[in-house]
Amino acid sequence: MAKIDLSHIKHSYLPYPSRDEDFALKEVDHSWEDGGAYALLGPSGCGKTTLLNIISGLLNPSHGSILFDGHDVTHLSTQERNIAQVFQFPVIYDTMTVYDNLAFPLRNRGVPEADVDRSVRTILEMIDLSDWAKRKARRLTADQKQKISLGRGLVRSDVNAILFDEPLTVIDPHMKWLLRSQLKQLHRQFGYTMVYVTHDQTEALTFADTVVVMYEGEIVQIGKPDELFERPSHTFVGYFIGSPGMNVMPIELDGANARIGSATVALPGGANVGAGKTIELGVRPEYVRIGREGLPVAIRKVEDIGRHKIVRAELEGVELAAIVGENEDIPADPRIRFEPKGINLYADSWRVELGA
Amino acid sequence: MEKTWNNKAWFLVLPVLLLVGFSAVIPLMTVVNYSVQDTFGNNVFFWSGLTWFEQVLHSRRFHEALLRNLAFSFTILAIQIPLGIFIALNMPRKGIGVPICLVLMALPLLIPWNVVGTIWQVFGRVDIGLLGRTLAAMGINYNYATDPVAAWVTVIVMDVWHWTSLVVLLCYAGLVSIPDAYYQAAKIDGASRWSVFRYIQLPKMHRVLLIAVLLRFMDSFMIYTEPFVVTGGGPGSTTTFLSIDLVKMAIGQFDLGPAAAMSIIYFLIILLLSWVFYTVMTNYDSGR
Repeated sequence: MAKIDLSHIKHSYLPYPSRDEDFALKEVDHSWEDGGAYALLGPSGCGKTTLLNIISGLLNPSHGSILFDGHDVTHLSTQERNIAQVFQFPVIYDTMTVYDNLAFPLRNRGVPEADVDRSVRTILEMIDLSDWAKRKARRLTADQKQKISLGRGLVRSDVNAILFDEPLTVIDPHMKWLLRSQLKQLHRQFGYTMVYVTHDQTEALTFADTVVVMYEGEIVQIGKPDELFERPSHTFVGYFIGSPGMNVMPIELDGANARIGSATVALPGGANVGAGKTIELGVRPEYVRIGREGLPVAIRKVEDIGRHKIVRAELEGVELAAIVGENEDIPADPRIRFEPKGINLYADSWRVELGA
Repeated sequence: MEKTWNNKAWFLVLPVLLLVGFSAVIPLMTVVNYSVQDTFGNNVFFWSGLTWFEQVLHSRRFHEALLRNLAFSFTILAIQIPLGIFIALNMPRKGIGVPICLVLMALPLLIPWNVVGTIWQVFGRVDIGLLGRTLAAMGINYNYATDPVAAWVTVIVMDVWHWTSLVVLLCYAGLVSIPDAYYQAAKIDGASRWSVFRYIQLPKMHRVLLIAVLLRFMDSFMIYTEPFVVTGGGPGSTTTFLSIDLVKMAIGQFDLGPAAAMSIIYFLIILLLSWVFYTVMTNYDSGR
């Protein structure tokens, strides 16, 4: 296990990148603590896999360096870095048995056969394929194959880190939940440094202690699940996490008041933003209250999704979503207000701290 | 559901039956016809039973041609398959090199058989051929017209030159279908170059390799034109393969009876060997 430092990493798949857009990964500078469970969350094409492959050494970054426990490993091969990685789609060695598949990474490193046997049996138990040990791997179903891939990632106990690249995509929901809890349990038991790439917020929030949100080749926020929820540092995080995502309204700032068209919202504090920036107000649907006080809105639609209702409203031409309890009534002349602790201010999409 | 039964429907297959009859059954039956009859000329034939078959099966000439042909087929397989895999493994996977290599590889396959024969016939000649003159100048005694070893080497090198590309292209198709993730996983697992070949590339190629082996075997077992153009089956009869022998017998000597019997035996051998290959390979395939 090791602490992994990414120092000013940039990467472009083009031979001569010139503009910012040429980079699949814009400057990333971050430390992964020894024994941490991280999730790398972001939409497809945001650079998650690129970052992962740079850590494992499958890809050499165009700029910057990588340190494991303070040692520069930028130019070391994948093997020398001693990393385990599980890919999105199952990779199995067709001609080998399930057992040999799992033993492969160990045997390649000259581990004594007795130790190989012990490790492989533990993993077989964990992925629930003990009965299949002697079978050829190629006739298995997709999720059994993926379990083998997962097992091969976990079979070495001395790795510096285990990287997962959306490993549960092909696995059915029930099994997904089971494997995820097993991974989490393994993490607690052995303290592996784990980095888990996903575009599924539920998966990220349940697996990781720390979630790293990426957007267009940049890390936009690193934080605990509740921080991402309460204080999204970029409007993208607000949209991407939560269901429905955060309401973002363009406003004009006037001291400690925000003007949305002709309506005015009092902010919990003032803020100092430079001139010429796009200013937006972000409020999660959970913090929008519908009642008889506040700003008048027009209700467009009410979606009943079981435990609660999602109200789609319009305030001064801006669409808003609000979450309302299953038994709460919506008055005939609806008005809304925002709970002060749920109000965030954004200048050019980045969060600005509100002063008291 | 009740099945409609109408015997008139048989008429619908009639055109196909006629076509197959004229193109395959009747010519084949002519051969069968010749193989069981004898004649002293004047178009008078009489029944001779299985005499010709016995004669062919017991003739040394046939045994030797058969052995020669088997030796030839296995030699070129032993060269072309590993060489083809080796070249395919070393071909570029992307960039401008890909179309260049593919075109270069496809070229020999586009040249007609007797042109290939002529090329090598001239190329290897001791008096005017580039290869023949060069070897002679280096003091190597090479003359495919008089030396059986030189003749064999020429015929084998020619076939390797002509057909290795086919194996290369088939293997290459198998190789490019392997997703990158496999190579990445192998790196993560610490696999050696040999392990990558043994456990990733070879298994992914094995299907196309079966096809390559089958095609190259059948083709080389029926080889006629190229050795005929280069050596004419000589020196002596050292490069007389089955089909060359058959033509000598049928057209050179006009021994229609034995030639017909030999055709049938030849055909059955190819059928049998192909069936054995196919069965062994598919069993191997499903047995795993």
